[in-house]
Amino acid sequence: MHPENQHSVAGGALPHPSDGYVAPHSHGPDEVPHTHPDPGVDPHEPLNSGPRALRVGIGGPVGSGKTALVAALCRALGDEMRLAVVTNDIYTTEDADFLLRNGVLPADRVRAVETGCCPHTAIRDDISANLDAVEDLEAALGPLDLVLVESGGDNLTATFSKGLIDQQIFVVDVAGGDKVPRKGGPGVTTADLLVINKTDLAPMVGADLSVMDHDAKARRGDLPTVFLSLVEDRTATPVADWIRGLVAARVPAA
Amino acid sequence: MSLASLLVLADGRLPSGGHAHSGGLEAQVSAGRVRDLDAVAGFLRGKLATAGLVAAAFAAASCARPGEWASLDQGLDSRTPSPALRKASRAQGRALLRAARAMWSLPPVGRDLHQPVALGVVAHAGGLGPEEAAVAAAHGTTSGAASAAVRLLGLDPYAVHGLLARLTADCDRIAADAAARAESPVDDLPAAGAPLLDIGAELHATWEVRLFAS
Repeated sequence: MHPENQHSVAGGALPHPSDGYVAPHSHGPDEVPHTHPDPGVDPHEPLNSGPRALRVGIGGPVGSGKTALVAALCRALGDEMRLAVVTNDIYTTEDADFLLRNGVLPADRVRAVETGCCPHTAIRDDISANLDAVEDLEAALGPLDLVLVESGGDNLTATFSKGLIDQQIFVVDVAGGDKVPRKGGPGVTTADLLVINKTDLAPMVGADLSVMDHDAKARRGDLPTVFLSLVEDRTATPVADWIRGLVAARVPAA
Repeated sequence: MSLASLLVLADGRLPSGGHAHSGGLEAQVSAGRVRDLDAVAGFLRGKLATAGLVAAAFAAASCARPGEWASLDQGLDSRTPSPALRKASRAQGRALLRAARAMWSLPPVGRDLHQPVALGVVAHAGGLGPEEAAVAAAHGTTSGAASAAVRLLGLDPYAVHGLLARLTADCDRIAADAAARAESPVDDLPAAGAPLLDIGAELHATWEVRLFAS
């Protein structure tokens, strides 16, 4: 018998039995060499049982309306699904009071994450604080259907890590200039949904929506783009519908 | 021991949550105690001689005897009077363990270890020794705050990295001392304190708006 074929469990802390688990055993000398998963290490992600919440990232430049979109989505979806928000923006008790006063979302459903002056790092390169916040929300509130992760205002190159979110929305506004879609950048080009916000301001800033639409299509191919005015549509209907579709596709109706 | 493993573990780009922490600097900048490069140099020296010394000792001990993580974690808890700093240390330990699980095979440990204890356990799992764990801990206590100084004060990044380079001999000495006493009882490990860091952390935690988590 080869000593290296003998299996033993160190520390005595067995993981819960699973398909990959092999009880301590030994082999005859004629067996083909092979390995087993380390019994001291749980190979599974530490997730709650059942499907976890859909995580949607909302990014975009400063002032494009990310927080207003989050508030509109909470207004639209808060009564029909279990919802929580992680914000990476500089977040004040005033913001919390705003959400609370408008009956949009109770304070215990919002977590703020400090980003050390690097908003893109917190959503892309080192997502640990955001993952902690999502897990803390799920631990405190129980199973959720949807977690919105709002990034701090950043630039056109900021995107979310797939390790943090499932789908991402990029928000730009017409007042930022109608050339923004043409500039592209990973946010505009690759986001799962591009929101062009503040269309009500277009006549005042001389923005041509048809140019933005044309450029967005050229940049994004088949990926969807929606135009939005949160002044006129306080529940962000096209965005809320897009999220409803994602949640329905993810969690089979009970 | 693999030198390359030590570089992977000590790399500032390791996604272990450090970028969101200023190591206490944001509070001192706000209080007006740290405004320029000289003051940052003093802050880093003081931090290395206190928090860095303790972190290096506990990283080395945790690397030498990872099975004692619980008592080492408790020992560090009792050396951290500020609840805000305890929270910040555990948050960074949790983030480090999260990153390390994808890198090496970790033994079963608690979810929210203090960062230096987590660092020692992770270093052991990566095949590193107590001195390497300690040097990573000592360097980490200064490099995070130095990076925050560049962001908070708009200092010349070359000048700030010059400060870090001049602290390397101190980091090495602290790491060698820490490794030499890696087998000491928990109660005999260093307990250097920095009251201004503790007070600053408690004040910082009460702010309505802050850019760093600690």
